[in-house]
Amino acid sequence: MRWIHPEDLEALAVGAAILGTGGGGDPFIGKLMAQEAMRETGPVALIAPEELEDEALVLPTAMMGAPTVMIEKVPEGMEAYRALRAEERRLGRKADATSPIECGGVNSQIPFAIAARAGIPVVDGDGMGRAFPELQMETFHVYGVAGTPAVVADERGAVVTVETPDNFRLEWLARGVTIRMGGHAHLVDYPMSGRDFKRTAVRGTISMGLAIGRAIQEARLRGRHPVDAVLEATRDSIYGHGVRLFEGKVTDVERRTREGFAVGRALLRGLGPDQGSGLEIRFQNENLVALRDGEPVATVPDLISVLDSETGMAVTTERIRYGQRVTVIGIPTPEIMRSEAALRVWGPRAFGYDLPFVPLELRFRDQYRRWGVPRDKEHYLVA
Amino acid sequence: MGYRLGIDVGGTNTDAVVLDEEHRVLAKAKTPVSRDVVSGIRAVVAEVLQKSGVDPAAVTHAMLGTTQVTNAIIERRGLAPVAILRLGAPATRAVGPLAAWPSDLREKVEGPSAILPGGVEYDGRPISAFDAEAVRRFVREALDQGFRAFAVTGVFSPVRNDDELHAAEIIEHEAGGEAVLSLSYEIGSVGLLERENAAVLNAAVSGVAARVTEAFRAALESLDVRAELFLSQNDGTLMSLDYARRYPILTVACGPTNSIRGAAFLSRRRDAVVVDVGGTSTDVGVLVSGFPRESAVAVEIGGVRTNFRMPDLISIGLGGGSRVRLEAGELRVGPESVGSAILEEAQVFGGRTLTMTDVVVARGMASLGDPKRVTAEAGLLEAAFRKAVAMVEEAVDRIKTSAAPVPVVAVGGGSILLPDRLEGASEIDRPEHYEVANAIGAAIAQVSGTVDRIFSLEQRSREAALSEARESAFAEAVRAGADPKTVEVIEVEEVPLAYLPGNAVRVKVKAAGRLRGVEVS
Repeated sequence: MRWIHPEDLEALAVGAAILGTGGGGDPFIGKLMAQEAMRETGPVALIAPEELEDEALVLPTAMMGAPTVMIEKVPEGMEAYRALRAEERRLGRKADATSPIECGGVNSQIPFAIAARAGIPVVDGDGMGRAFPELQMETFHVYGVAGTPAVVADERGAVVTVETPDNFRLEWLARGVTIRMGGHAHLVDYPMSGRDFKRTAVRGTISMGLAIGRAIQEARLRGRHPVDAVLEATRDSIYGHGVRLFEGKVTDVERRTREGFAVGRALLRGLGPDQGSGLEIRFQNENLVALRDGEPVATVPDLISVLDSETGMAVTTERIRYGQRVTVIGIPTPEIMRSEAALRVWGPRAFGYDLPFVPLELRFRDQYRRWGVPRDKEHYLVA
Repeated sequence: MGYRLGIDVGGTNTDAVVLDEEHRVLAKAKTPVSRDVVSGIRAVVAEVLQKSGVDPAAVTHAMLGTTQVTNAIIERRGLAPVAILRLGAPATRAVGPLAAWPSDLREKVEGPSAILPGGVEYDGRPISAFDAEAVRRFVREALDQGFRAFAVTGVFSPVRNDDELHAAEIIEHEAGGEAVLSLSYEIGSVGLLERENAAVLNAAVSGVAARVTEAFRAALESLDVRAELFLSQNDGTLMSLDYARRYPILTVACGPTNSIRGAAFLSRRRDAVVVDVGGTSTDVGVLVSGFPRESAVAVEIGGVRTNFRMPDLISIGLGGGSRVRLEAGELRVGPESVGSAILEEAQVFGGRTLTMTDVVVARGMASLGDPKRVTAEAGLLEAAFRKAVAMVEEAVDRIKTSAAPVPVVAVGGGSILLPDRLEGASEIDRPEHYEVANAIGAAIAQVSGTVDRIFSLEQRSREAALSEARESAFAEAVRAGADPKTVEVIEVEEVPLAYLPGNAVRVKVKAAGRLRGVEVS
């Protein structure tokens, strides 16, 4: 257990934007919300999943809806708290902890605002290990946790409890409710036991966001290259060392909207070591596939993040544009995100790409033999 | 015959031009910015009037671009404390006003604040009913405590401004005309905290604006100029002094904007990249349909995130006064500059500092001072020149929207630094009067209106939403003083809301036209 203070959230916001892989919403407002809550109630405890009792009740919390609306109709601050209390009433017991469902983007911050208000800890783990656009794109879902009863709440005290036979229906209904609530709402979903959380969550993801953000902050102070610092910061985690995929300049961006998703691609021309090559990134809110000279070099669910080459800060798919000097990095996703069942939900084929998922550790095996990998990934290094 | 005066007070120089009715430059002048600003304006205007032989009484319009408001914010000088009213409760309570402000600025500006009922959803439906009595109580208390500047921000007021207007009525009524009012919907776009920040800053600089506009009027009157007076704003258009007193924040980035507009006018181009090289820095901006492209991201002023219209600029630390030196074997050009001390410090003028001006004079690109005084060896000069060019080329490339080569217009006193060819540029245009492009930009400015709203397409078609936005922008421009016959829509932007099924879209439209009562050929 350790205490998270308002200033820690600065680092988390920077790191979570990178784990957002181009999407996930700007953590800025989430950070301010959590900081204001903490100033009133004090720091929030961050606990490791192992610290949860098997019988503990974990209620993950998040914001859902349009970030464009959230930056205008700033939340009231108690929405998810009311959702949490409603869920507790529904389940007939108190929550022992909350957690993110998504550690990339704005949802890395929301649980801290709720935890401060409710006086409970945040568990260091989530259901994505990155950002994804839909509620069933969760390890919780993949490994059999029911998303419902879920509670969606707005700033005016409306609280809607959703019970569905499957998690796809949850996504569909909750999004409809969110629109009626004015375009964004807060929710509690996937209520689960400590035992289930330990079994199904991607672990240590908040620590990962903090580590990446701190690495950038320190690199800036010491005049080190922030992109190198980001890659190194990923090493001692369940993700493993990040890899530099491409350094270049954005030469073209194509964007269109399909059913509420921003779908498109960005083309990069190589600079420095990558001179003479090109990289294409395909995205749907988040970056999904990176093709170097037409050949895939990284695919979802491995993380593909575009960083400003100078500052190391994340460049989102909404902000990417011609002329930017960027470094594209890949961060291998944790093993729990790569089971067959998991890949059915978020592998390249789930997003409509006729590509197999090949882990970064296999594509860059020589480098990973040098860097080493987390223990559960050692099988990739065996020829 | 009526004449126009264009004046630009920059960081280093105050520039002025006199234009005739056909927008021909009759005279131009430059003078270092004076400590009190006004005496500099008076001196430079007196000079152009004398040079042109124009009778001061024949000047019909005078336009001023000034950095005074920006400086006040950056230097935290002359700021008024502001009573801050937000309408949107129960929403928005999670983050209070001024949450992310630097503490030194917050101390100077923060007055009482309240988050009260009001505001609307993205589709215009009310969040909660406006509570006139609660607003009145807040206003009376603030007035009793001696606060006179008010900033009002309603949730989604760019979509529907009723509640902000209602609050304004109450404030005006209670204050009996003594209050300074800053309404967010007139200043910023979607993004509540950034728009509120802009509204608060705007109210905080009201005193500065009153002094600047008064001084401007007095300076011209002392020279017998009795023209209609305007200030230029960030989008390259004009506002009357009355409007400027109400929305002074909109002058914050008018300097580079005036240069871009001036470059457009002088080069007769509507689409180009403009490189404005000064003494200390170079601003690179984009001209789209004759106007500067606006920044799409929140811009910080004095450490505060804001979202009102600002030109999209890349600024690099390169100018005529940039220092050139070798450090640990590495060649460095800028960002340090000798600034306005160039006449003492540059080698061509007998000084000891190697500057970019020395480099271009020694290379024979300009004749200034004495080239023989430059002591650096040719290899170093060549390397410094190549480095400076590469810096500009990268900035040009970063600001473009596609790989295709674009025309580049070079303006500003320091643009003698630039070669005749640049990577990524189809050609380099160096118009006559390039060194006073900013003052010319001020003199030829138009008036505009902008609409930035989220439209729900559930009950109406996309075409209906777009045409409503167009009409509102048109009406705004006319309200601001444009001649309806000349108003045209110059920018339309449509962005669907992500993570929501496609029934809402953010539409931004800008229209601009010539000032009423100004005859131009």
